[in-house]
Amino acid sequence: MSRELVRYLLTRFGQLLLIVFVAVSINFIIPRLLPGDPVQTALARLQATGGAQNVDIQAVSAAYRAKYGLDAPVIEQYFNYWLDLFRLDLGVSFANFPEKVSTMIGNALPWSVSLLAVATLIAFATGSLLGARLAWPTAGRGIKAFVPLMMILTSIPFYLLAIILIYFFAVVLKWFPPAGGVDTTRIMRFDWATTEDVLKHAFLPCLAIVLGNIGFWALGMRSQMVSVLGEDYITFAEAKGLHPRRIFVWYGMRNALLAQITALALSLGSVVSGAVLVEVIFNYPGLGSLLYVAIRGQDYFVIQGVVLMLIVSLAVLLFLVDLIYPLLDPRIRR
Amino acid sequence: MSALQDAKPILVVKDLNVHYDTGKGPAKAVNDVSFSLKPGERLGLIGESGSGKTTMATALMRLTRAPGRIAGGSVELDGRDILKMSTKELRETRLRDIALIPQGAMSSLNPVMRLEEQMIDAILAHRPGLKRAELDARVQELLKNVGLAPEVARRYPHELSGGMKQRAAMAIATSLSPKVIVADEPTSALDVVVQRQVMQTLGRLQDGLGAAVVLIGHDMGLIAQFADTVGVMYAGKLVEIGPVRQMIESPKHPYTRLLVDSLPGIEVKRELTGIPGLPPPLVDLPPGCSFNPRCPLAFERCRRETPLLQQVGPGQSAACHLYPEHAALPPLPPMTRAHQELRP
Repeated sequence: MSRELVRYLLTRFGQLLLIVFVAVSINFIIPRLLPGDPVQTALARLQATGGAQNVDIQAVSAAYRAKYGLDAPVIEQYFNYWLDLFRLDLGVSFANFPEKVSTMIGNALPWSVSLLAVATLIAFATGSLLGARLAWPTAGRGIKAFVPLMMILTSIPFYLLAIILIYFFAVVLKWFPPAGGVDTTRIMRFDWATTEDVLKHAFLPCLAIVLGNIGFWALGMRSQMVSVLGEDYITFAEAKGLHPRRIFVWYGMRNALLAQITALALSLGSVVSGAVLVEVIFNYPGLGSLLYVAIRGQDYFVIQGVVLMLIVSLAVLLFLVDLIYPLLDPRIRR
Repeated sequence: MSALQDAKPILVVKDLNVHYDTGKGPAKAVNDVSFSLKPGERLGLIGESGSGKTTMATALMRLTRAPGRIAGGSVELDGRDILKMSTKELRETRLRDIALIPQGAMSSLNPVMRLEEQMIDAILAHRPGLKRAELDARVQELLKNVGLAPEVARRYPHELSGGMKQRAAMAIATSLSPKVIVADEPTSALDVVVQRQVMQTLGRLQDGLGAAVVLIGHDMGLIAQFADTVGVMYAGKLVEIGPVRQMIESPKHPYTRLLVDSLPGIEVKRELTGIPGLPPPLVDLPPGCSFNPRCPLAFERCRRETPLLQQVGPGQSAACHLYPEHAALPPLPPMTRAHQELRP
């Protein structure tokens, strides 16, 4: 590893830390800028839903405040917040008291990560390959028919696509379950039946995300590939007598992918937020559904925890892209 | 030179036509061009931008791309027509028998591959069985031949200077000792000092390999220094071709004369002369000789009938209606007012 590479990595890692720091701070400040008092609100809601009429509200809220440290100066709260974070303590849920937010996120995270990672990778890989093929001079009419299809797919928002898929494959054909991450009666074990069940439930949401994204990657790759194929090094590669397949992969795709990876890094945010909607529609037990339910229930700590989780994972993903990029493009390694 | 005279030609181009399909009909970028090349011969092809030089260079290796298309003719390399080969045969012939030194060497190397990978890539495509050690040795040898240091092999193109990239491209082009090298303006992006070095390297390589070279360019001075034979292209046609000395000292075509006259001299300071007017649009060539609107000697027949190449001297041919009636090119009249106005 050259010294330049080490410096590059350190800079990028510093950026990652900075992003996380800013995200955590904002996540701390915003709820405290909101008018009203979360404890009061929560208690008032409890009161409205019945019971607790005769309890001394002031005493209860003071007890809560002491418990969450909300009576301390803001700076101290801020430090405590950081300390709690390092202990992975994100507070407790109001709605599902006394469940810990960290447990809830821990339960939801694997669902989201596996669904999103698999779906995005499939969409990116097949989309890029298809796009590159579309730009290659020998693309036949059969493959060119994909272009309008891709354009249609990119222009349909994927939650709509999700509803269409549910209608056809779950309601009409009944091939796949319409919602959920696993059969409600199933006891989770590491066996084939459970795996099959999980895959069956994941199929439609995955398909929705793949179909919703593939056009974007295919069309982007096609335009990149067209411009790469016009480069002098492609002509020179042909003049060297290389096999077309080698030119396609190592001279064409290899260079066109650089811009695709950048696009992937830039679109990660929207990929995540779009997937939130898909999870909600499929009632998939991931972070998206958790966030949705928390927002509806004004479950502050859960919202805070999920948002923090999303920002941090985005920052980590961007960092990973930054790590991969210099491997792909030697011109960045400085 | 005398050995050159008797040898059988290695490259024979006959009636080559390359068209670009446009909305207004085909643009004839290469129009019925014929010439031949003997082993070891250095042919310089010269012309203004848009005269079809680069189109011709790419067509010689059948690298023409849409919207361009080879509309006819033949390019026989050692008796085999490149334009009729199967794609597999063509692939095998490229680099092994006929190699290209590209115009934009700056951008002709794959930016994401180390130079040695790109060289090995080329060699392995033709000699699949070679072992790593043999390949490495060959790479080192090739780099040495073009005057590059061994450690350059591990570099990426963006770490090389323009001259180094051009040398690297030459190393790749000569990696299989081709019989014909097509050098398409190999020095156009370089400064004069580097230009000279690169041309010397090219000359040395060519001597070593005994390959024939087609050097394409727009710099009459550079070409005159390098080539044995010079061909002049105008609007897609080869208008004159002959041994370099005769072409400079007694050009027969008025266009060649004007090209030679436009070379600035150092002994005699005079006003720089250009060639008034612009080359005609290739989709809409004037009737008769394409040069007639700019030609100071044009007469009625030139506007009517397209001249064909004809012998005008030993080894020299020109496409001009002045011959065979005239023995030499009549003195050009001083530029008329009308011509002055043609000046762009």
